[in-house]
Amino acid sequence: MSTPTIEDAPQAGNPHSAGLDAAESGKVELITITVRIRRFNPEEHPDAVWVDYQLTVDPKIRVLDAINTIKWEQDGTLTYRRSCAHGVCGSDAMRINGKNRLACKTLIKDVSPEKPITIEPIKGLTVLKDLVVDMDPFFQAYRDVMPFLITTGNEPTRERIQSEEDVQRFEDTTKCILCAACTTSCPVFWNDGQYFGPAAIVNAHRFIFDSRDEGAEQRLEILNDRDGVWRCRTTFNCTDACPRGIEVTKAIQEVKRALVTRRF
Amino acid sequence: MPAGTLYRGREGMWSWVAHRVTGVLIFFFLFAHVLDTALVRVSPEAYNSTIATYKTWPVNLMEYGLTAAILFHALNGLRVIAVDFWAKGPKYQRQMLWTVVTVWVVLMAGAFYPILQETLRNWFG
Repeated sequence: MSTPTIEDAPQAGNPHSAGLDAAESGKVELITITVRIRRFNPEEHPDAVWVDYQLTVDPKIRVLDAINTIKWEQDGTLTYRRSCAHGVCGSDAMRINGKNRLACKTLIKDVSPEKPITIEPIKGLTVLKDLVVDMDPFFQAYRDVMPFLITTGNEPTRERIQSEEDVQRFEDTTKCILCAACTTSCPVFWNDGQYFGPAAIVNAHRFIFDSRDEGAEQRLEILNDRDGVWRCRTTFNCTDACPRGIEVTKAIQEVKRALVTRRF
Repeated sequence: MPAGTLYRGREGMWSWVAHRVTGVLIFFFLFAHVLDTALVRVSPEAYNSTIATYKTWPVNLMEYGLTAAILFHALNGLRVIAVDFWAKGPKYQRQMLWTVVTVWVVLMAGAFYPILQETLRNWFG
């Protein structure tokens, strides 16, 4: 099997869009953008500063590519997390133009490149350096809701059977990649770091509503705490921020209702 | 330190901010209201003179503002209850907010003359 390539020049008279022509001829319209990054290095200065970087890029690249270009070509001290670069590992959540997003899933053309693009660390967690924050409190809240299957009795010899309907009950919340975009978009979490936060509740939801799991009562009791689900003020920032499209607020509300009705 | 940017939340965040602000306003009104009513226990004259200051145009405008705050808080409160207890509430929260805002605007337009008629008469004859 050979890789399909465009070998023939477009025939005269064929209607072609400018974009197609550009793609076929390999030409890319480059634009000059300003990336305004909130830099913080406690070893050099106690305060954070905004630093502007100019670069000429294809508007169809991702914000992560732009940051990589800055690090590789302009300032090697720029510090941030990234790993898979394809929206799966959840490392590069940051506040781009005032909203939490994954830098690897955000295209330059979608963030008003005609104006400076602001990039800040996610809010509510201690900034260690530049865009790197201390994720320990976030993962501690995650661990606290016991995000693993809890069962009693003997293990079945084959599988734990579950109907399609039962899977759908929690399918949405299995998509979480623990990027912290939701938790750090929450005004309640900004003001009170003790709040479990949307991500921990989403991951509790994933097991509470799993018909194979038997630890729902324990998890509900954990989330019945004053820093549990009741702190949620339904601002929907988490739902808007989730790069996986999880209906986070809906999941939190389902946990609240499960606490009231004890039906799950 | 140059400040970070304001988080660009959408309707949900701003409705929560408005709910908080109107809630605090209503609390301060109730606080003042309890105090002025309690004045009648001090002396009826003190009570009367305090209430007389309320019959001025700045207080009249504040009454309209109080109506706005209470109406928004009440209507958005119904929306929050729906988000909490109706399974499809989170899905339709945005539509519900715009419904709340529409009803609020209509009611505020309707309340404009009845509440402000004294001030309007004084100003425009």
